[in-house]
Amino acid sequence: MQAPSAPVYLIDGARTPFLKARGGPGPFSASDLATQAGRALLLRQPFAPSDCDEVILGCAAPAPDEVNIGRVVALRMGCGHAVPGWTVMRNCASGLQAIDSAMSQIRLGRSHLVLAGGVDALSRTPLLYSDAMVRWFSEMATKKTVPAKLQHFLRLKPSQLLSPVIALLRGLTDPVVGLSMGQTAENLAHRFGINRAEMDAFSVRSHQRAQAGLQSQAFKEIVPILDDKGKIYAVDDGVREDSSLEGLAKLRPVFDKPYGNITAGNSSQVTDGAAWCLLASEQAVQRYGLKPMARLLDLQWAGLDPAEMGLGPVHAALPLMHRHGLQHRDIDLWEINEAFAAQVMACIRAMADTEYCRTALPQLEGMAAGMLDESRLNIHGGAIALGHPVGASGTRITLHLAHALAQQQQRRGIAAICIGGGQGGAILMEAL
Amino acid sequence: MRHWNLTRDAHGIAWMRLDTAGASMNKLSAEVLAEFSAQLDEFDLKPPAGMIIQSAKDSGFIAGADVEEFKALDKPQQAQEIIARGWHLFNRLAAVPYPTLSLIRGICLGGGLEISLACRYRIAVDEPATRLGLPEVLLGIVPGWGGMLRLPRLIGPQAALDMMLTGKTLDARRAKRAGLVDLAVPARLMERSAAELIRSGRPPHRPSGLPALMNHPLMRPIIAAMAKKQVAKKARPEHYPAPYAIIDLWQKADGDPLKMPQLMQTIIGSPTTKNLLRVFFLQERLKSLGKESSFKAKHLHVIGAGTMGGDIAAWGALRGLTVTLQDQDISRIAPAMGRAGALFKKRLRDPLLRRAAMDRLIPDTTGEGIQHADVVIEAIFEDLQAKHALLQQIEPRLKPGAILATNTSSLRIEDLRTALADPSRLVGIHFFNPVAMMPLVEVIAAVGTQPQAAADAAAFVRSIDKLPLPVKSAPGFLVNAVLAPYMLGAMRKLDEGIAPSVIDAAMRRFGMPMGPIELADTVGLDIALAAGRQLSDVASPPTCLMERVEQGHLGKKSGRGFYEWSKGAIANRSDVAAIPEGLAESLIAPLVDRTEALVQAGVIADADLADAGVIFSTGFAPFRGGPLNWNKTRSIRG
Repeated sequence: MQAPSAPVYLIDGARTPFLKARGGPGPFSASDLATQAGRALLLRQPFAPSDCDEVILGCAAPAPDEVNIGRVVALRMGCGHAVPGWTVMRNCASGLQAIDSAMSQIRLGRSHLVLAGGVDALSRTPLLYSDAMVRWFSEMATKKTVPAKLQHFLRLKPSQLLSPVIALLRGLTDPVVGLSMGQTAENLAHRFGINRAEMDAFSVRSHQRAQAGLQSQAFKEIVPILDDKGKIYAVDDGVREDSSLEGLAKLRPVFDKPYGNITAGNSSQVTDGAAWCLLASEQAVQRYGLKPMARLLDLQWAGLDPAEMGLGPVHAALPLMHRHGLQHRDIDLWEINEAFAAQVMACIRAMADTEYCRTALPQLEGMAAGMLDESRLNIHGGAIALGHPVGASGTRITLHLAHALAQQQQRRGIAAICIGGGQGGAILMEAL
Repeated sequence: MRHWNLTRDAHGIAWMRLDTAGASMNKLSAEVLAEFSAQLDEFDLKPPAGMIIQSAKDSGFIAGADVEEFKALDKPQQAQEIIARGWHLFNRLAAVPYPTLSLIRGICLGGGLEISLACRYRIAVDEPATRLGLPEVLLGIVPGWGGMLRLPRLIGPQAALDMMLTGKTLDARRAKRAGLVDLAVPARLMERSAAELIRSGRPPHRPSGLPALMNHPLMRPIIAAMAKKQVAKKARPEHYPAPYAIIDLWQKADGDPLKMPQLMQTIIGSPTTKNLLRVFFLQERLKSLGKESSFKAKHLHVIGAGTMGGDIAAWGALRGLTVTLQDQDISRIAPAMGRAGALFKKRLRDPLLRRAAMDRLIPDTTGEGIQHADVVIEAIFEDLQAKHALLQQIEPRLKPGAILATNTSSLRIEDLRTALADPSRLVGIHFFNPVAMMPLVEVIAAVGTQPQAAADAAAFVRSIDKLPLPVKSAPGFLVNAVLAPYMLGAMRKLDEGIAPSVIDAAMRRFGMPMGPIELADTVGLDIALAAGRQLSDVASPPTCLMERVEQGHLGKKSGRGFYEWSKGAIANRSDVAAIPEGLAESLIAPLVDRTEALVQAGVIADADLADAGVIFSTGFAPFRGGPLNWNKTRSIRG
């Protein structure tokens, strides 16, 4: 058995281009996305897919015909019958949970080579029948004669038939406090005095940084994917060259009408995408002659009020830093998932607010509030420009952080993510 | 009994399991049928509660009669005996008083289907290997053991004639839908289903509605006429008499070959039958060439995603290999992926199988697949320098024991391999266009090529369901070397003033699937010119070819060559009135001569293999048995 402090290495990773949902199901299912990215990643390794010890895939909304999508994809990627595959769900951080679970397995000595990732095809989340409609269908199935069926048919209320439940909207609404994710962000905007213009400016910057990243070939982790007609998808198609304050100012609020601040332009996009990280133990590194990108040092989960879920990164990252005796100046690069511009900005303000830190995180004695340098944060843009395929984001930010550290020749980084339902997750890594 | 195992179950059902001794697949040889007949005699005295016929071999149900026995078909007396034997025996089987059932798993062809048709019930096991058909027509003969009698009565004459005239096979589900089998069941329930169905007392299947009507004697002439018209589109009666005979036998004799002995003599005695049988054995011989090595490939890497490379990769994935397809960037690989998607849609019914095939085909812009590959085939453009550079890059990354192959048509193995540290490992694996349709693959070895590499390559070719043809390294190998003088010779006739449509019509009448001028247009006139320069012994190219290439009329791909092309077909195809005597013979002469020369030079091991190679790559009139066979037999006849 390996000691709890046994090192876990991030060897390599890959992701699909992120494709914005544009009304109607997208060209790829979730397992299609994860399969194409995963098989490309496995192909460039010196071992066979069947040498993996397991496959762990985060997914917030797997389709009904592939509910254990981790296993489905492990088989589709050619890992073979003997490699177990499973699926994890921690809402927006499912992709980070997969990495955490892989780290635990490696630390326990149960696995040496793990493929951990995340995926969601939000464009394919279903429309559902309401309970009233389901009851109508069930009762119809009990009618045996044609007259009885006809009579039951006449009881159908068109309004019920024509108002399906939009599963995506349900999924993005907190079931305990009854707020949509956007409304939790409005809460934070109110609490930390973030106005519309500031949110929009943050969003424009996300697009600009993504553009610049594209130009500087910062996204080495993207593998192009193809549909069965030979059409290529090679870039994140939500990034807008024409993003501007004027353009964003025209958008109407989505979550609190009519005078809310959060719009489609300063929120993350609804997107399809998959991302993978290949994790290895010391033993696997030796055995296969692997060249790790980074060492994954530690990971922290935190819980907080669902009404303010956007502050999750603060609640997860600060204890992580405290545990390792790190200050803001010690962190070279940050990734904080951009669920909403207001939400990231609230995190920055909260971390710099002594009063907030004292009351919200009393256990962190002696930890000074600090200003997160925004020039080190999401340096190649974030989910506002790239999209937020819920299950994939936790993996994407971890993987991209490793690539960004390499590109900038920096050493230490934290990737953090807020989680619908009132949680946060953060991972600390060191580039090699 | 040597070939049959008989057991009885608790209900008194007799299970007759066929395991033809000394054969890998079950066949209904004279001995097998004799034993069956003897067993029926015993059942006459003590009838079982029912009889189920099953195969004891994993290789399939029953592949048909013993084709070796067909070799004696040209002796009319023996032919008569073979036909009568099965006809009478299966009639007897159809008349026994106890229920009978045929449990079909795997290949069920010819006599195998006929014995099943004579049973009251049929069950097919729903697996990809299960295929039911009557392919006798492909050997130039007819389903003389009751197929022409019972199949139309069971599934209606239109569906039955379609099967018998084309030799096509049905899988289990289609067989069920057609009414050919009563049930399509999963393997896990096959024996239980058979045991239950045979005791169920269900009336035997009869077609209803329109198919039933069409069996009526008054309808037969109409249907027969329609069928003949359909056949005439594909096969001329003077070349392929068998399909016409099937129609006649069904219409006039209710499928009883013994009622029309003259017709049967014509069929059996026709050179077509002899030649088609010969072709069948040639095909078996090519298949066996892949058995000399036990090489097994799981991963194929193809470099060059053009028409050939892309399609080779798609074919490999269709046949179950993991395939990595490499080219310089994704936009060059994408069209190949689209074509692969279309191929899988056409050849695979099940959406899960289609998806699995796509999953197995992986675009690879950096050659990551090489380290994992069992076979690497380079199919980049025909430039020696480029191929040298590529081979040098590939060699150090190869797995030990991996095959390194080139799909080159025009470069020499001897020249290509100088770039390698181990030149002896390079073989040629040369596919034909279109890959999905052309069964032949030339496996090319030069002096100094490791024999193991060539044997492994042949085994690989066989494993992806193609026919390997061993050829020694020489310009054009076999197929292109014989086609070039043939096409150029045709063009010289054009220069002499004969119209292209006349030339092509002459060769189609001879039995080629398309004429040489149309072939040239299809291949591309620039390619024909280049090939001609390399492979022809005449100094200057035909004028008509030069003119067109200079003007950019390159054939089908540019919309105009010798013909006008539109939407992939010749526009305004004109009918040809008169074809000069002897034109076809003089057109085919260069091909025959060159084939003979290549055999003499040892490029191809013997005349039979040469014939096989030409037939399975060019579609050379199979009913003539191959160019050298035709040449030999016509000079015998004078």
